Amino acid sequence: MRQLVIDFKKCDAGRNCDHECEMECAIKVFKVDDPAQAALQIRAYEDGGGHAVLCDQCGDCVVVCPSEALKRNKLGVVMIDKQLCVGCYMCIGFCEKDAFMRNPDWIVPHKCTSCGICVKVCPHGALSIVDVPEPAVRII
Amino acid sequence: MSQLVFDPAKVMNIDYTQRTEYLEGLEAIQAAHKVLKEITYTPSLPDKGYTNRTLYVNVDTLEITEKPVTQQMKDVFIGGRGFGLYHLWNAVKPTTRWNDPENEIIISPGPVAGMTQYAGTGKSLVVSLSPQTDIPIDSNVGGFFGPLLKFSGFDALELQGKSDKDIILFIDGVKGIIRIEEAPTDPVDSHVLAEVLTHMYAENEADLPNISVVSTGAAAEHSLIGMLNFSFYDRRRGCVRFKQAGRGGIGTVFRNKRIRALVCRGPVVKGNLNHPADPETIARTGIKYHKEIRENDGTQCMMRRNGTAHIVEIMDAYDLLPVHNFQFGSHPDVHRIDSAYWQQRCTQATVDGCWYGCSMACAKGADGLVLKTGPYQGHMVTVDGPEYENAAGLGSNCGVFDPDALLELNFYCDTYGICTITYGTLTAFIMECYQRGILNKERTGGLEMTWGNFEADLEMMHQMARGEGFGKIAGLGVKKMKEHFIQQGWGDPQLINDIGMENKGLEYSQYMSKESLAQQGGYALTNKGPQHDEAWLIFMDMVNKQLPTFEDKAEALYYFPLFRTWFGLNGFCKLPWNDVVPADNASQPEPQKVPEHVQNYVDLFTATTGIRITKEDLIMQSARVYNFQRVFNIRMGKGLRLHDAAPYRSLGPVTREEYESRAERYDKQIVDEMGLDPVGKTTEEKMALHREWRTGRFSKLMDAVYTRRGWTLDGVPTLDRLKELGLDAFPGVVEVVKQHLS
Repeated sequence: MRQLVIDFKKCDAGRNCDHECEMECAIKVFKVDDPAQAALQIRAYEDGGGHAVLCDQCGDCVVVCPSEALKRNKLGVVMIDKQLCVGCYMCIGFCEKDAFMRNPDWIVPHKCTSCGICVKVCPHGALSIVDVPEPAVRII
Repeated sequence: MSQLVFDPAKVMNIDYTQRTEYLEGLEAIQAAHKVLKEITYTPSLPDKGYTNRTLYVNVDTLEITEKPVTQQMKDVFIGGRGFGLYHLWNAVKPTTRWNDPENEIIISPGPVAGMTQYAGTGKSLVVSLSPQTDIPIDSNVGGFFGPLLKFSGFDALELQGKSDKDIILFIDGVKGIIRIEEAPTDPVDSHVLAEVLTHMYAENEADLPNISVVSTGAAAEHSLIGMLNFSFYDRRRGCVRFKQAGRGGIGTVFRNKRIRALVCRGPVVKGNLNHPADPETIARTGIKYHKEIRENDGTQCMMRRNGTAHIVEIMDAYDLLPVHNFQFGSHPDVHRIDSAYWQQRCTQATVDGCWYGCSMACAKGADGLVLKTGPYQGHMVTVDGPEYENAAGLGSNCGVFDPDALLELNFYCDTYGICTITYGTLTAFIMECYQRGILNKERTGGLEMTWGNFEADLEMMHQMARGEGFGKIAGLGVKKMKEHFIQQGWGDPQLINDIGMENKGLEYSQYMSKESLAQQGGYALTNKGPQHDEAWLIFMDMVNKQLPTFEDKAEALYYFPLFRTWFGLNGFCKLPWNDVVPADNASQPEPQKVPEHVQNYVDLFTATTGIRITKEDLIMQSARVYNFQRVFNIRMGKGLRLHDAAPYRSLGPVTREEYESRAERYDKQIVDEMGLDPVGKTTEEKMALHREWRTGRFSKLMDAVYTRRGWTLDGVPTLDRLKELGLDAFPGVVEVVKQHLS
């Protein structure tokens, strides 16, 4: 499955960049001029380094979605079908990585779909799309 | 902390997509339908939880009209059960009985119902005059009908009249059509009927989840204990499933009106159809709760894996599981039907909520059951649950510990349209009567109703569905069976009355109250009859000893029935309130109330309706409806102290075996509570001492509870209490009370 990964040996958690990845995602994917709505969020640790909040396509949300709005596509990426989503936010509550974002103006939550738009704009080349095996389905 | 991940290897290897299908005759059934009346209307979505419209249908005259929902209705009755009681009050006279045409069935979902962001928000409340109690019964049921009804434009559906032919009411909330159809050849039993109708009225495969069917089955026609199945389409299983409006015989009223089914086709559900005043608060509260379930359910109740059956072994361990008609509280075979078993037997790879957004997901299902008896012998079916009440009622209370037999009993109760709780308690009563010679093979028409004889038990249920034999007598319920057995001279009237577990005509649900005075009140001092949805105080009282005095018990019997009533006014489920609690709940003040969750409910109501309330207002909202219902009972000829009397089996040991099974506890009570010495006394003498002490303290409890509730010692709400609640604005209410206050 396609998965967005971030290499924190290269990413400096926004200390020497303008969060281009978040901005590009917000504008190009979600059509909003607000990096807080991006499907990946880079956070800097105070004592150096950082971490990213983003979807690793684990598929836990597919299991809990009551309306079958979350499904893997042929690339293994978990996609949200906006027509089927009932806005219950169980996917948000059950995501261990807090990877689902919610815009108060929209009913349907959103998340990273490994599209790779952010990869191209990272000035440090820290982001990449990899192909990894799908994890086993977890009953949660 | 992260969620518990379930090991799929622990589950039996059963394909949950496989079952017998019933769609072959669909086209012929549809062709036989004849339109009796059709109207068009303009569908509308709720605004801040209310559509402000009631749909009135008279199945006799075929009148289909709309009534406005008034501001007074919303202020005083809120919705759900409140609306049901309001409409029923206006529809009936004190002399009306369940099978009179003016009796109504009202279905109302409540203002919060249909929200998708918080657990347990899809409930419908069903109200009618009960064939078992002759007073209003209310039942809180899941499934999709209530929310879809509201999204089709109606806060409530009032059904009145009696048809002379079998009919279906179809509400199409997308196209704006309401139709009454004659349905002469439709299947009778719910699991077949609802599958056929769901497919008949859905426009295509994708439309299936937008259909909900209310139906009952064959036994509802021949008994007084009929229930209603509310359907929802299970996408993963690819089948129609049910939740039940079980108690009090509403299914019997439904069939007496010759209604075969109600079908609602609603719009595609979205997260904002209820148009709440403050969606952001609802979203934040819902997500917080989902996380709480994720983090805590695995170490608390495991509702997501076991459903309510998680307490079978807990009840057994505390000697509270009803065994052999509430004689005993535990049984060595209980491991065969405990949660460890159901966890393996129920399908775990699906999403088991009965409405969208229910992360508690307790509506478990056991797939792949091949039936061994009855008209569907050899069919493979999915059985809902089993819930705790069914495992205890159909299982331990009747001595049935064979899990497949229990599932088959559960399945047939559901599809025949009878209440599992009622059926369990009445069968336990029959089995004890059989044990004690009140009944025998001759009197039961050949049924050997010995403990655990599930073949005879199933045959009695099939008889009930056919309207034949002893099954027909059983279907009258415990109260009428008691009268019948006494009239026939089949046994000691006192013994029969002592062991027949009913109050007001309704059978007890499945908890042993003998050792908890508060729970004795929690059952008997109820509005509709002994159902634990008003107050479940056993643990608080007996195990945790949090209610030591009469005043403490009275306070609990004031607060909890009112708090729990509120769920039914709004369309909430009770379970998410305290079947998971925040990790720090125990350190909060009054942890038994689960204060954080109470605040959630206050916030959700305010955010839905835009009406700012406090937790104290919440109790006042309930108190209005609760007292109105009490007065309604009085108006119908019940609702006084004498009607709150409890069968002695619920208060103490009736028989020698019961006493001796807990002799140490009972002897100690003679010393500690009565100040007497049990040594040298016979068991009968000690039982007599217990009876005097236990009935005396129950009477004292009644005094304390009535006083706390603002009622006279005869159980009548005082005029001051009615004024305090604003119910003096209803002259009819005041008039009923005045007759009893002189």
